Amino acid sequence: MTGRVIDAAFGPPAEAAPAAESGNWTVRLRTRIAHTVPPGQALPDRQPVYVASWIYVFGVLTVAAFLVVLASGGVLALGGSAWWHTSGVGHFTNSLHLWSVELFMAFMVIHLWGKFWMAAWRGRRALTWITGAVAFLASIGTAFTGYLSQSNFDSQWIAGQAKDGLNAVGIGAFFNVLNPGQMLLWHVVLLPLVVGVLVIAHVVLVRRHGVVPPIDATEE
Amino acid sequence: MGAWDIAADGTGRYLSWGPIQISVTNLVIIGAMVVVFVLAILLPFPRPHDETPEQQP
Repeated sequence: MTGRVIDAAFGPPAEAAPAAESGNWTVRLRTRIAHTVPPGQALPDRQPVYVASWIYVFGVLTVAAFLVVLASGGVLALGGSAWWHTSGVGHFTNSLHLWSVELFMAFMVIHLWGKFWMAAWRGRRALTWITGAVAFLASIGTAFTGYLSQSNFDSQWIAGQAKDGLNAVGIGAFFNVLNPGQMLLWHVVLLPLVVGVLVIAHVVLVRRHGVVPPIDATEE
Repeated sequence: MGAWDIAADGTGRYLSWGPIQISVTNLVIIGAMVVVFVLAILLPFPRPHDETPEQQP
């Protein structure tokens, strides 16, 4: 009796209708997610032999540095500028944020050099290359707005110089580097969101198409 | 003045070639990145002894 009441209210159990034939959007989304990467490739435990090189390590080093950047940036947002300018822990967290960004950018550029010289867009990997390149450009913007958000004389000087440079090349109709509130919000919300989404898309595409082999190697 | 003193100089020291200008600090960092890139290509990657030649974890 209870079963019939539930069926009447919510329809038959899920196993009664084959998932592949269902037309509802949750099933279509679930199927799409399940087929985004080949089975076993979302978190693989084995890699082709050509991945056994230090040059293949810099992608994951970049992601690791990015996580430290996000965590230290979150702590800075929690404490605020008065805290990171005046307290010892604030100074340490501020430095941790700066140096994790330095490592993030350095690892990303070395990763870029490695992938450029092995023509990593081969084998239907163009979108992987493009998401990485755009993530690099977005990271430059995020780092730049970070310099503008220090709330010290350095950030004022950089904003003044950047204003002239950006105006000289015709950029700046939609933002104002002399507006610290706008630049802070771009730095802590908009641009990290853009970089984060691009990084996730980039990693998913790497898992979907596999790590690019060296030019003289056969793909495994 | 040692190399570290130059890299840590707060006022910055700059090198110029015509229209190109770069701080010594940035030049040292870029040089270090190139060295790391070359080492990443040349240095052998450690491989556990119990692996077949085709695959590695």
